[in-house]
Amino acid sequence: MGLDKHGIAKRIAKEVKNGMYVNLGIGIPTLVANYLPEGIEVVLQSENGLLGMGPFPTEEQVDADMINAGKQTITTLPGSAIFNSAESFAMIRGEHVDLTILGAMEVSEKGDIANWKIPGKMVKGMGGAMDLVASAKNIIVAMQHTARDGSSKLLKECTLPITGVDCVKKIVTDLAVLEVVDGGFKLLERAPGVSVEDIKAATAGNLIIEGDVPEIQV
Amino acid sequence: MINKTVENARQALQGVQDGMTLMLGGFGLCGIPENSIQELLRLGVKNLTCISNNAGVDDFGIGLLLQQHQVKKMISSYVGENAEFERQLLSGELEVDLIPQGTLAERIRAGGAGIPAFFTPAGFGTEVGEGKETREFDGKMYLMESWLRADFSFVKAWKGDTAGNLIYKGTARNFNPMMATAGKITVAEVEELVPAGELDPNMIHTPGIFVQRIFEGKNYEKRIEQRTVRTA
Repeated sequence: MGLDKHGIAKRIAKEVKNGMYVNLGIGIPTLVANYLPEGIEVVLQSENGLLGMGPFPTEEQVDADMINAGKQTITTLPGSAIFNSAESFAMIRGEHVDLTILGAMEVSEKGDIANWKIPGKMVKGMGGAMDLVASAKNIIVAMQHTARDGSSKLLKECTLPITGVDCVKKIVTDLAVLEVVDGGFKLLERAPGVSVEDIKAATAGNLIIEGDVPEIQV
Repeated sequence: MINKTVENARQALQGVQDGMTLMLGGFGLCGIPENSIQELLRLGVKNLTCISNNAGVDDFGIGLLLQQHQVKKMISSYVGENAEFERQLLSGELEVDLIPQGTLAERIRAGGAGIPAFFTPAGFGTEVGEGKETREFDGKMYLMESWLRADFSFVKAWKGDTAGNLIYKGTARNFNPMMATAGKITVAEVEELVPAGELDPNMIHTPGIFVQRIFEGKNYEKRIEQRTVRTA
């Protein structure tokens, strides 16, 4: 039941339009690059200092001086540009990046996002996530609808330390596509084999359902 | 032209003392000053405050300084690749200041540019903003963040000349250019050191005015954290 992580990535890829500069976070967001629609020009920004991120290198092309924000070896493309970290975040903070896709541990119905810290357990740091969510014109979150114990990750209020306030626009989970609107999560689409009731049961925040909810096409 | 050349890391690090604040360039293990880190290990200086985007891995980069308990405080944006770091942090042996990556880059840039503070939206409404001055500009809320400066900055470049001009390669550039501007003494280690005049002035990333000491590094390992390849 529901989408696997590739299904989530495929659905998000449909949100990417011709001519966009896009920042992809680590995890499911990285997979989105594999499913971008044919025939559109998209430039991927890597916050460690690269515009125009190409595919992984072949064994012969591997260069320790060419990595992405996930520390993976990568390549450039014709038209790529390399720059320092301050300039990279000028692109992000200055709203020159059109779309940010990132993972989350929790999202609130007001569009707050928590994805950087579990007090006493996980202390890895926020990396570029706080800068990205504070300034992105459009943020799509890729996440599982519920935690492993079955508890909802779409909440009234985040319980974990937040990364940013009132910033998430759209969420694609294994169960549904939702939009953050005044008053809660508006259900836009449901995953194949998933009912509106299933989604209601898995959503702790206010779920807004208007009319028929179509199935996700991927 | 003023000659900034020193013989080796040992000469370059003269004057580094316990309790100093150091900046170390790099993103992950990419573009880190490997030779200067080795010399810090040899010197055994302690109670250091290290400003670096990451903290290396357990057995390389700044992770080596953590193993020897030379670091009192880390100022970083992401430290997820280092288990020893997390252990020292959760046990209270190590202080840490986690800073949004763009804010970290800009605070260092500001330090080098003589700008004591600036406003950024990153972290507003989160625990990063606690206790900080906030202000509204054009209907949006911002946090005031202050500059960062260091006693010594250690940067790594691809090529450099005897005048201290630097050229970086690939994504090994990252934090190095800003850190070069923010050290009271900036030490640049390069893979290839050439006489002044051999580098095209149009291609210089860091002008030599920011660099006090430069040397050609040795035995670069350039370890790769995530070796990802595709079949040709």
